[in-house]
Amino acid sequence: MQTKKKVHWRAHAVLIVVLVAMIYPMVWLVGASFKPENQIFSTMNPLPLSFTIANYISGWTATGTSFTVYLGNSLTVSLCTVVANVASCSVAAYAFARLDFAFRRFWFGLMLGTMMLPFQATLIPQYTIFFNLNWVNTFLPLVVPYLLAYDAFFIFLMVQFIRGIPRELDEAAALDGAGHVRVFFSVILPLLKPALLTTTILTFIWTFNDFLRQLVYLSDHSRYTAPLGLNAFVDRASGSSYGGMLAMSVVTLVPTVAVFLVSQRRLVDGVATTGIK
Amino acid sequence: MSDDSGVAVLDPPVSEQAAPPPPRRKRKRHKHNLAGYGFLAPWLIGLFAFTLIPMVYSLYLSLTRFNLLTAPQWIGFENYTRLFSDERYLQSIKVTLLYVVTSVPLKLAAALLVAVALNRGLRALGFYRATFYLPSLLGASVAVSVMWRQIFSRDGLVNQFLGLFGVQGADWIGDPRYAMWTLVLLSGWQFGTPMLIFLAGLKQLPQDLYEAAAIDGAGRFTVFFKITLPLLSPMVFFNLVLETINAFQTFTPAYVISNGLGGPIDSTLLYTLYLYLKGFGSMQMGYASAMAWVLFAVIGLFTAIYFWSARKWVNYAD
Repeated sequence: MQTKKKVHWRAHAVLIVVLVAMIYPMVWLVGASFKPENQIFSTMNPLPLSFTIANYISGWTATGTSFTVYLGNSLTVSLCTVVANVASCSVAAYAFARLDFAFRRFWFGLMLGTMMLPFQATLIPQYTIFFNLNWVNTFLPLVVPYLLAYDAFFIFLMVQFIRGIPRELDEAAALDGAGHVRVFFSVILPLLKPALLTTTILTFIWTFNDFLRQLVYLSDHSRYTAPLGLNAFVDRASGSSYGGMLAMSVVTLVPTVAVFLVSQRRLVDGVATTGIK
Repeated sequence: MSDDSGVAVLDPPVSEQAAPPPPRRKRKRHKHNLAGYGFLAPWLIGLFAFTLIPMVYSLYLSLTRFNLLTAPQWIGFENYTRLFSDERYLQSIKVTLLYVVTSVPLKLAAALLVAVALNRGLRALGFYRATFYLPSLLGASVAVSVMWRQIFSRDGLVNQFLGLFGVQGADWIGDPRYAMWTLVLLSGWQFGTPMLIFLAGLKQLPQDLYEAAAIDGAGRFTVFFKITLPLLSPMVFFNLVLETINAFQTFTPAYVISNGLGGPIDSTLLYTLYLYLKGFGSMQMGYASAMAWVLFAVIGLFTAIYFWSARKWVNYAD
């Protein structure tokens, strides 16, 4: 017994050292964002000696466009993508998990295949399509694909979940005369809630943090999302105004970290059981 | 999951085209063709519009000279042959392969070590798991890349830490010998996702083998290499495939750390970054399409090699 306890102590000690080393950069970032410019690189101590919010004030409008605009754009894109993704993927998942139609296995295999496809393979042709539709520099190229269940990963996640829902429930509803639409809305969707929540959280965080697609499609500062705004800041700031840059990094991290803190239990369990990118 | 024949027997025989099709009957033909394709329609349209047609189109573009504004000009395989005399392209392949073969093992090793350390019924497991997972959730973002760049700058956190031991740190970001390794470390920092998957796998391992090993007096290393690792090999395989595919597609950190240029002297010119520069920087979209297809083929090759080699080292006991 006693040796067992000792082992655990050592495990805790090692884990805490690793944990501190991992978390330290983030703590430093937050601390530095509240330091006066001349103290940011003078000490490892993450706590500011003299606390100031000047970096947040100067950084907020440093690119000429306010971060209010960037954050608003990011939230718009992320929330639209979440709604589109949840709706379209759940519908497709119901078909794969519950309905018996011709070539189902073929389509299912193809769907799994698209999960492995590098997005670069379609980046340029997609861009030319959206360019010809005159959709470049709008949010449409970022959202519309998700209306059509573009991210097969979430279909797969929901198919797995629906397969765990007892079929007797559908059948009881069907005996009462419910069609597939009714079964889907009144039986499957309510029970699918945990998977829908995981989808919501992950879609939100991934979309909010996404960079390349937004970089390619959005060119106007008034349309920039938070990552693009921050990137514009980095381009402009090289050499000066580190404080503002770090402060705005914190600002763009806040929404995703907040979502993480609220949902971490579900998220961690979801990843553990489904295996995520 | 299991065939619920009880209900099927209770089902009254219903005529072929009854409006709400009975949920379960004897498997004759496909019962739900109409409803099935109805529910599948959005995904099917998306599949053709955003994946299949673009892929074919991209294959065509890769055989043309195309700058978006004028019509594509057919040039056959010229883009592909040009790739292999393009010094920067060859450099980007070198950099990317180096990145993949170092960052993936580093990340998986860290994930496995921490997962094994966590898998002992420790207190505060939930706290550890969540905290270790956070970096991989934030990892691909611009903000984290900005943070990383500052930490490894000449007077950043890392060099201050080294200074405590009297070591004069290098200019990690500005020196072409080291810039790449900051990207590899950033990837290693994000070991949270594979760690969670390993942890879930470790929980499933049969305990009797460990008891038997303890009775035989096996040491901790023996137990790890002879029992844990072989039993966990399906998880290792799964993570290896996923992380390799992800590593080939890394873009944001390289872009932010090098100011979008892949420098210093192309030492962080990851494949996707070069593709972006060619396609959207100098509008050589035919050339960039060819690059995308080569990347697709390389990822396919890696995956094929993994699956082929899996027979030799992945242990599917059940």
